[in-house]
Amino acid sequence: MENKITVSFSPHIRDRVNVEYLMFSVVVALIPALIGSVYFFGIRALIIIILSSLSSLLFEGLAQKAFGRKITIGDGSALITGLLLAFNLPPNVPYFIPIIGSAFAIIIVKQFFGGLGYNFINPALAARAFLVVSWPSFMTKGFLPPRFGSLSGIDGITQATPLTLLKDTRLMNPTAYPKLVSQFSSLPVLKNLFFGSVGGSLGETSAFLLLLGGVFLLINRVIDYRIPLSYLATVFFISLFHKIFFQNAVSPLFHLFSGGLILGAFFMATDYVTIPITPKGRVIFGIGCGILTMLIRLFGGYPEGVCYSILFMNVLTPFIERYTKPRIYGR
Amino acid sequence: MFGKRFTFPGGIKPKSYKELTKNCPIESLPEPKSVLVFFHQVIPTGSSAVPIVKPGDKVKKGEKIGAGEGKISSPVHSPISGIVREIKEFPHPVLGRKSLGCLIENLGDGETALLPENLSPWEKIREAGIVGMGGAAFPTYLKLNPPKPVDTLIINGCECEPYLTGDFRVMVEYPEEVLLGAKVMAEILKAKKVIIAIEEDRKEAIESIGSKIKSQNSEIKFQLVISHAKYPLGGEKQLIKATLKREVPSGKIPYEVGVCVQNVQTTFAVYEAVFCNKPLYERVVTVSGDGINKPKNLRVKIGTEIKEIIDFCGGMKDGVEKIIFGGPLMGIAVPSPSTPTLKATTGILLFTRKKEEPARDCIRCGRCVSVCPMHLLPSILYQMIKNEEFAKAKEEGLLDCIECGCCAYTCPAKIGLVESFKMAKAYGK
Repeated sequence: MENKITVSFSPHIRDRVNVEYLMFSVVVALIPALIGSVYFFGIRALIIIILSSLSSLLFEGLAQKAFGRKITIGDGSALITGLLLAFNLPPNVPYFIPIIGSAFAIIIVKQFFGGLGYNFINPALAARAFLVVSWPSFMTKGFLPPRFGSLSGIDGITQATPLTLLKDTRLMNPTAYPKLVSQFSSLPVLKNLFFGSVGGSLGETSAFLLLLGGVFLLINRVIDYRIPLSYLATVFFISLFHKIFFQNAVSPLFHLFSGGLILGAFFMATDYVTIPITPKGRVIFGIGCGILTMLIRLFGGYPEGVCYSILFMNVLTPFIERYTKPRIYGR
Repeated sequence: MFGKRFTFPGGIKPKSYKELTKNCPIESLPEPKSVLVFFHQVIPTGSSAVPIVKPGDKVKKGEKIGAGEGKISSPVHSPISGIVREIKEFPHPVLGRKSLGCLIENLGDGETALLPENLSPWEKIREAGIVGMGGAAFPTYLKLNPPKPVDTLIINGCECEPYLTGDFRVMVEYPEEVLLGAKVMAEILKAKKVIIAIEEDRKEAIESIGSKIKSQNSEIKFQLVISHAKYPLGGEKQLIKATLKREVPSGKIPYEVGVCVQNVQTTFAVYEAVFCNKPLYERVVTVSGDGINKPKNLRVKIGTEIKEIIDFCGGMKDGVEKIIFGGPLMGIAVPSPSTPTLKATTGILLFTRKKEEPARDCIRCGRCVSVCPMHLLPSILYQMIKNEEFAKAKEEGLLDCIECGCCAYTCPAKIGLVESFKMAKAYGK
């Protein structure tokens, strides 16, 4: 008996939550939006999701083997990257796009920097940014009309995302713009936006389904409420002030539910590795994302700003972290 | 019924497992056949008592066998009546090295030696060899001689570690004695106020202490404070923050903010010393965990081999892997069932084999940051220690770490965070 006794440091009990628990909770939280994407965009969406996920897992394993690291494809992190990348792609992209994207996300952004825990920007978003500059036509024109319902009433809009349409109309057809703004602020359009019957990237169209997953993650304390809350609140208030001070501004709700904001706020701006670990830092991170998103949407060259604002804030993370250390008890 | 609940930022809420023993009244372990009493019964940085008996001497129960000489030390008494068989170095369970111990064989003579009658309460507490019985083992007479005025005495009845119910049972069964002990200490400290802090899920203790507090007729104001059940509320600094909203400055002790904190069993021992002239040679120990057949709360003589205690509790189950002195979060794993108990042994926990997950790389989830009650950044500290940047780690609060283990408990990557902090602190000395 005696020689079997272990002597080790305290604590002698550990929480049951481990890396797999956290990662697979995120995977579970993405399932409603995954089902939604297949519902709205058909079997093609499923094929893209499968291609992206499987290639992410494959590249993770291959890269880890090549670098002589432990194979950890079972931890769920590569699967999340694959799913999120697919969610960020237009439904009509060629099938090599998710594969190239996964290779970029996993091999270059994640494994080149040391694997899970060491990459400094979000792999899925970095891959999306890379794909947008490399294959701009596939990435900006591959949108499909949703199968059931749509923004309704305006010709041709089903080929574009609501944000693209808004920006294009403002720049190229100023006379039609006020009408579009009032239409986009109307209840039926906002309802379609909320539930997801609009054109857009695979997994980003349904704010409702993404919120289901996001709330699940918040309740299970898998993600911190600070970033989604400060991000969404910042977007809401900026678009509210915009609406108050400028004629022809869409409803703040339009900004909340369009583009990848909900997806970004709950699933990508909360990626542990690339955000500050300090509570205050997370609030600043969220506010920064919100300000940048609205700057890009309102004044920038792109219709949508979630991807670039999160990537930009990822780069600022070490800096934010350094200046937001909590005050140590008693100091 | 007692108003708002007190708490502090950070901390964890692990499953308490207190139901295993909370309804077990304190039983007395039969006198052991022999005891091994270490002369070093105070905090590791304190000094050992000096033996004043020699092998072959007959000693009475309660007789002083070691004199408390040195800056932080305290006398040691024989827990049984018997004959001193050996005085030599034995492996000490807490110091992690060999230390002088006294092996006494029981002769079955029940006569008890008491403290001298003519001492002041403070001298009785010193002579009784009372040390902090919540686990820290700082000599109580030193704590009751503060260099600065103290306005509040806090009796720490939080017992926030899972499994442990010894303090709880003492409060349920001996509320008057605890309050008397508290009153004596408040008088010594000239404190105007006594706070008795109990976690909200200890209903019987709250009722028991609460009903006796009402009948207190004293110049000193007694107050029962009910706190959230959260770990590490029993930590001095957290308790002071929660109950008084005061923060002990970094590197300082509670006197700085006019507070003295004493554990429930220490308070009970003070009562016994002052009112019954009884030295500290026994205490209540919770025996629990999934590896023991009959979990119990036992009054145990200091120096009893845990083998005897385990046998009295129906023996251990197959597959016991760890024996812990204290709670599961800060307790110390001891190497063998022949280890003797100490004055600061709050519990003996037996855990069966569990698959331990290997540690892996930090995923920067920040959970350690959100639970750290001292508001440190454990994962960053860990990284600094790994890079051997000890000076930087100190700047970032390494020495402020109270080693509560919240960070390591909560870490999903199962990194030995506290372990590295303890080693870094030891390295820095």
